[in-house]
Amino acid sequence: MDSDYAPAAFLLVQGEKLWLSPVLILLAFPITLIGLRKSDPLFARGLILVGGIGFFWLFAQGFAIGIRGYNFSWLESLLGDLGDRQFGMGYGAMLCAISFLFMFTQGIAARGTVGGDVFVAGAIGGVIVIVLVFVGYPIANMLFSAFIDDGGEYSIGVFFTKFFDDRLWGLACLSDGRCGAAWNSLFLAIIVGFTTTMLGLAFALVATRSRFRYQRSLRALTVLPIITPPFVIGLALILLFGRSGSVTVFIADLFGVQPTRWLYGLPGIMIAQTLAYTPIAFLVLIGVVEGVSPAMEEAAQTLRANSSQTFQTVSLPLMRPGIANAFLLGFIESMADFGNPLVLGGNFDVLSTEIFFAIVGAQYDQGRAAVLAIVLLCFTLSAFYAQRAWLGKKSYTTVTGKGDAGMHPHLPRGLSIVVITIAVIWALFTLVVYSMIVYGSVVELWGVNNTLTFKHYITAFSVRIEDSGIRWSGAAWDSFWTTITIAGIAAPLTAAVGIVTAYLLTRKNFAGKQAFEFGTMLSFAIPGTVIGVSYILAFNVPPIEITGTGVILVVSFIFRNMPVGVRAGIASMTQLDKSLDEASLTLGANSWHTFRKVILPLLKPAILAALIYSFVRAMTAISAVIFLVSAEYDMATSYIIGRVENNDYGLAIAYSTTLIFVMLTVVGMLQLLVGRVQIGRRTLQGTEVRV
Amino acid sequence: MNNIGLGRRASPVRFEGVTKIFGKDIVAVDNINLDIEAGKLVTLLGPSGCGKTTTLRMIAGLEMATSGRILIGDQDVTLLPATERDVTMVFQSYALFPHMNVLENVMYGLTFSGFDKEEARDRANQGLALLGLEGFGARLPSELSGGQQQRVAVARALVLEPQVLLFDEPLSNLDAKLRRQVREDIRAIQQETGLTVVYVTHDQEEALAVSDQIVVMRNAAIAQIGTPRELYDSPNDSFVADFIGEANLISCTITQVKDNVATIEIEGYQHQLPSRGLKPGSAVLAVRPSRLLVGHESGIPATIVKSTYVGVRMEYTIEGSFGQVFMVMDDVDKPLRVGSEVLLSFSEIGPVLLPAE
Repeated sequence: MDSDYAPAAFLLVQGEKLWLSPVLILLAFPITLIGLRKSDPLFARGLILVGGIGFFWLFAQGFAIGIRGYNFSWLESLLGDLGDRQFGMGYGAMLCAISFLFMFTQGIAARGTVGGDVFVAGAIGGVIVIVLVFVGYPIANMLFSAFIDDGGEYSIGVFFTKFFDDRLWGLACLSDGRCGAAWNSLFLAIIVGFTTTMLGLAFALVATRSRFRYQRSLRALTVLPIITPPFVIGLALILLFGRSGSVTVFIADLFGVQPTRWLYGLPGIMIAQTLAYTPIAFLVLIGVVEGVSPAMEEAAQTLRANSSQTFQTVSLPLMRPGIANAFLLGFIESMADFGNPLVLGGNFDVLSTEIFFAIVGAQYDQGRAAVLAIVLLCFTLSAFYAQRAWLGKKSYTTVTGKGDAGMHPHLPRGLSIVVITIAVIWALFTLVVYSMIVYGSVVELWGVNNTLTFKHYITAFSVRIEDSGIRWSGAAWDSFWTTITIAGIAAPLTAAVGIVTAYLLTRKNFAGKQAFEFGTMLSFAIPGTVIGVSYILAFNVPPIEITGTGVILVVSFIFRNMPVGVRAGIASMTQLDKSLDEASLTLGANSWHTFRKVILPLLKPAILAALIYSFVRAMTAISAVIFLVSAEYDMATSYIIGRVENNDYGLAIAYSTTLIFVMLTVVGMLQLLVGRVQIGRRTLQGTEVRV
Repeated sequence: MNNIGLGRRASPVRFEGVTKIFGKDIVAVDNINLDIEAGKLVTLLGPSGCGKTTTLRMIAGLEMATSGRILIGDQDVTLLPATERDVTMVFQSYALFPHMNVLENVMYGLTFSGFDKEEARDRANQGLALLGLEGFGARLPSELSGGQQQRVAVARALVLEPQVLLFDEPLSNLDAKLRRQVREDIRAIQQETGLTVVYVTHDQEEALAVSDQIVVMRNAAIAQIGTPRELYDSPNDSFVADFIGEANLISCTITQVKDNVATIEIEGYQHQLPSRGLKPGSAVLAVRPSRLLVGHESGIPATIVKSTYVGVRMEYTIEGSFGQVFMVMDDVDKPLRVGSEVLLSFSEIGPVLLPAE
């Protein structure tokens, strides 16, 4: 058998790769424990030992022995030349790792930790391990690779040279040069975070507290960012304000000014990101604005505050967490955004694109990419911390679960006029941008030849019926089906990991829970670009060698979108009375049955939302994906970006439009489904009120 | 399954030096020892935060004891999780699963107890019948009244024939009228079936009405254990005296003790009562509102400061140099007027001597 790829059991029989034998022996060891009672300390100790050692050994040998024998020179000097090699681990190793892990957690549970619950212990162990392997390990690996010089040696000097590079921290733009990418990114992110938060707040107020008649259609706009690949906005802006954009041409004709490239750079990216991320801020803030208990505001009014005093002294302060959250989201999204700067950046360098070019460009400098990613990560993590610090330990919970009667007061008149005006203008602008996208997809060559044509759609999505069946001859089909498949695989996994984590966080108490929560939420503050870079650095080499496969895409989606699943799960699980679980437990159901028969059925809406959200996000994501795609597994978004780079705008826009409509259908179906489930929940709440 | 059979597995519960600490240093239950006899209804009574619910949850296995041992029957269950204990619980919020109908709710636990579907259904239906809920099986919990929901919760816990059945403030979500009825139902079922029941409440009247034995708790510890009568008639200290059925606490001086009969003096008025092991010196006299008398020739001078008519009786607040006391009188036809001077004395039985604070 091929000794590089054969199963370990066969190799051992042949007397090869003997360092794998402890794995097999340890796997078989628990047979000796059969017949012991669960309460026997020997049972617990045996399982903990076997699981722990096995798990450790599996990874230790994986890291120690690589393609060129021992990976560490001290091992080689200690044990001599190995004379053998091994590649990445396969599914068998995964199965072994899982077995060892669950032996370990079973042992832990038998000792009475976490209430002696095997399911809970296993779930905690599982989540910790996958977060460590797929978030902790790549990030740590990336940190290390920032210190490696060209010769492969560790060196602090190398890090500092790259870190204090003028291309990062230069301030020449204060005179008349170009500023460093770090400053650019930071500046851009702060502006975008601020504008999206302000706009989002304005729309949230219009949607909930004004007499504005089209509140519902305003709410419908929140769907847009979810279904739009972010860079599509950038494309539409080019169609409008680019050198041959409609508006540019119109104004040039009218006033005889020369068309300029003003759009390319900070202004363009800023407008595009503001357009793209305002609805996200809106989405966050609308929940918060509605969440402020009307009783608080009514109380303020009965205490003789007028409507604007009420707003200033009660409503607004209570919205603080939402505002902080919205800003953080806008900040991080802007930092991580890859598509818009790529399309509109011009000479305005930002970190995310710089990272990309450091990896794929002619320079191919992994160290530089790592340093840049670290800078980016520092920014987002600082924002994450700043937000927590600002919110402090104050409690902003106003919804108590008791039936809140009462109505939100309307906004003060002056404020209301201002926010409605902003909202209408923005809504119209969004409408124009989106109609541009649709229109642009059926135009021969924008600005040059404006005849209508379906040419781009035909190139991308033509289908031929042949004798052998349907032939997907269009250029886009490959990436389209890959995207659907990958997203389809990732979505249920994301939802599952998210809901299980949320269950552990809301329902179970265990040592280190805070660190656990922080770890799972951390990937929320890690920009996609950083995930992308760290993944190719970490998973390009054994023991976990998955670069270039579909697996790495699925994994990256799971950990990019997991925080959303966790949040959704936590939000709906805190609504469920804890005594429901306890009742189930005292009735003899174990945690797993309780989770499956009581929690899951009651969480249907949250699960559905998490499913669809992660599916759609997987289809529109670009920042991490662009690093991880391969010839075999190309994704729709990276394909489109590729078209844009070749100036093939027509096809890119046609493809984007198709994606938008596909996802609109998906989200529409979700709304229908969730809408129905929510009717069910209303009766549920009715019960609680009566109780 | 007959009703008596439900309680055939009723078991005693034993706490040996059990302590529960939340977080680092919040002591919820402090080194308590407790014996609950099989087939008895025992109430854990105390003000909120006294540790009674934590004690109950430790029996259920929903909280794990920090130290000490818990035994149910002969089995040490200290480390056993809720799932593996043969204990069921009726929750304050009832915790009926809103996505299951009444029958499914009652069958829920049976399906995990190794019964096949048929048998589980039979037993669940019998349980529902016992609680007078025939024909409600197909309804959702949201389609029932509060009282009915409560009975479903009881049926769900009962049908598993638990070693111990726990009630966590089961009446607190019911209106006043229903409370009396449900409380009597619970007591009747317990006596019929012979189940061991542990019952948590903060309402002393409820506790007096349903219990075989009451465990009064205070500050994470047990203040006194006894039958309702014992607690009412001979409380250990002023906390128990006041918590069970309200007591007027009046400082007094024991002038002499002879053959376990103490003579006490309050402002010159003398009264004799059991000394309960106290020695001459200062002490506290606990008197129930109904055991105060006025209108005798001797007594402590005092003034009526408040008079309230509550239908079945009169309630008075009386003030003297000893402080204020609360008195009830059944005579509603000739009420005492506010401001009138009276001489206050004590009835022969009832008043109890307690050690001075």
